Amino acid sequence: MSARSTAYSVGESSTRTKWIAAVLVIGYALVAMIPLVWIGMTGFKSPPDSIAYPPKVFFEPTLEGYVNLFTTRSRQTDEYIESLGPPQTWYDELVRERNMVITGPSRFADRYKNSIVIGFGSTFLAVFLGTLAAYGFSRFKVPLKDDLLFFILSTRMMPPIAVAIPIFLMYRELGLSDTALGMILLYTAVNLSLAVWLLKGFVDEIPREYEEAAVVDGYTRFQAFYKVVLPQMRSGIAATAIFCLIFAWNEYAFALLLTSGEAQTAPPFIPIIIGEGGLDWPAVAAGTTVFLLPVVIFTVLLRNQLLRGITFGAIRK
Amino acid sequence: MSGGAMESVADAAARATPKRMAGRLRGLSDRAIAWLFISPTIVLLLAINIFPLLWTVYLSFTNYRANQPGREVKWIGTRNYERLLGSEDVWGYMQATAHFLVWTMVLQVVIGLGLALLINRGFRTSGFWTTVILIPMMLSPAVVGTFWTYLYQPQTGIFSYIINTFAEVGALNMIGSVSLAPWAIVIVDTWMWTPYIMLLCLAGLRSIPPYLYEAAEIDRANALQKFWYITLPRILPFLMLAVLFRGIENFKMFDMVVELTSGGPGSTTELASINLKREAFEKWRTGYASAFAVILFVTVFGLASIYVKALNRVRS
Repeated sequence: MSARSTAYSVGESSTRTKWIAAVLVIGYALVAMIPLVWIGMTGFKSPPDSIAYPPKVFFEPTLEGYVNLFTTRSRQTDEYIESLGPPQTWYDELVRERNMVITGPSRFADRYKNSIVIGFGSTFLAVFLGTLAAYGFSRFKVPLKDDLLFFILSTRMMPPIAVAIPIFLMYRELGLSDTALGMILLYTAVNLSLAVWLLKGFVDEIPREYEEAAVVDGYTRFQAFYKVVLPQMRSGIAATAIFCLIFAWNEYAFALLLTSGEAQTAPPFIPIIIGEGGLDWPAVAAGTTVFLLPVVIFTVLLRNQLLRGITFGAIRK
Repeated sequence: MSGGAMESVADAAARATPKRMAGRLRGLSDRAIAWLFISPTIVLLLAINIFPLLWTVYLSFTNYRANQPGREVKWIGTRNYERLLGSEDVWGYMQATAHFLVWTMVLQVVIGLGLALLINRGFRTSGFWTTVILIPMMLSPAVVGTFWTYLYQPQTGIFSYIINTFAEVGALNMIGSVSLAPWAIVIVDTWMWTPYIMLLCLAGLRSIPPYLYEAAEIDRANALQKFWYITLPRILPFLMLAVLFRGIENFKMFDMVVELTSGGPGSTTELASINLKREAFEKWRTGYASAFAVILFVTVFGLASIYVKALNRVRS
């Protein structure tokens, strides 16, 4: 009874309740990690191992999935393969064991590069514009300020497909369809709402007195902003940038509908990595791993700012 | 770079300002700076959010088809809306969406709140495990949907295998079966987003001052009473905010489900957004799809507004 009655006092939980809590939480974490660990493992399986029954926990690791992810191959006769002479590289050798020959690089590297270009481009723009707007909203009397902020937020209520219809038509007219620039502008607009809300919270936390003192010292408003406020926003800007980057990195609906060849990012590409006879699961898993790993790392780096980012700055601590 | 450019603009502005007018102009230039800072954002949002929105509203009253740009566009009044609201299929998509929305929210609130309460006991290494639990929600939903189709394979998938080690139910065809597919998407969403609810509940729990529990202790309140009268009211605003954000997202749900089931089998998991994509980008009924988009937007907006009112009442 005494253990239970102190159960909700902060820092006073009994050892036994702590143990039970630890076991349950760690149990959940481990179960929740199974899908990710499994996908990570599948990337190192051979295609037959990836569809074995019962599912193989222990297997001979191979880089076939990764090789298949980055190359295109064609099936050849034994005679033809022998006529090529001995394989030049380890990946040639790996592919030839399946009676295949590498015919060229796959498009995954291009898609990945697009993800990086569009992700960083839109993040830079959104954070740059967002910082200015956040400062403006935080420090000046802007008519209809509350309405504007709500308006910025409400743009997130549209289903992406609904936004994609007119954007599709607009981009077709402007020649922005399937271009990195078009996608950068679009992601910037979507990310701006998040960026402005988050950054405004960070500016609000910086005391005005600093700038006022700077202005008294003869700084102009711009200088006060640039030399006093901006340096103090550094960590807030970094956190906001990572959130914008993750959004652009993960985005799928616009990329699916508005890009096809040139500017396609990785998310619409990974599901269509086809091998012989259906999806090439080890290659899909390898692509998934390569794609998700940066986000996992950023999540760990960002863990203390996470709450703020995912609630549009509504909750700060 | 950009900062330097701004500075020089500022210097130029300062130099151009006669000293005797400086006092008056400082107020003015503040306003100029405000607009200079805010207008790019407003312009971009107008161009890429508001203008398209108005265009969608216009298109929703026409018979426009985006795959036939040369065809004459006819104003057909509210016929698209009449067709939509009278359609039993659309009602079916809304029901599928509601099923998904309600069950994901219920499961995530129960599990997320439970986890938050457990983590709040503050055992050693709880910080590390919290971070581990948070990982799924940061991942790309479309890629998550893709790899879950692999985990859900009826014969060779790990999901069915693990379930069968606990209960002999035979191969589970999570994606292909009419009765299981709606739950397949609920499970993946719950896996992915329970951490979100958990994180907000944790924030709520940390906002409760310990003296409240100490006071309750003196009043000999039991654990259940403390939860009901102290913990729950204090975390309710956080929980409701979490449900608001997740609710809006799940109402719009597209990417994860489209990759996982693409609306099938039949149309059992055809959520509103998935059907919207079919109408707009496969059947190319742009006008009709625009009307559907407007209806969805109004629905989200209406529901969210009502909800925010309730949220504000809880907060005050």
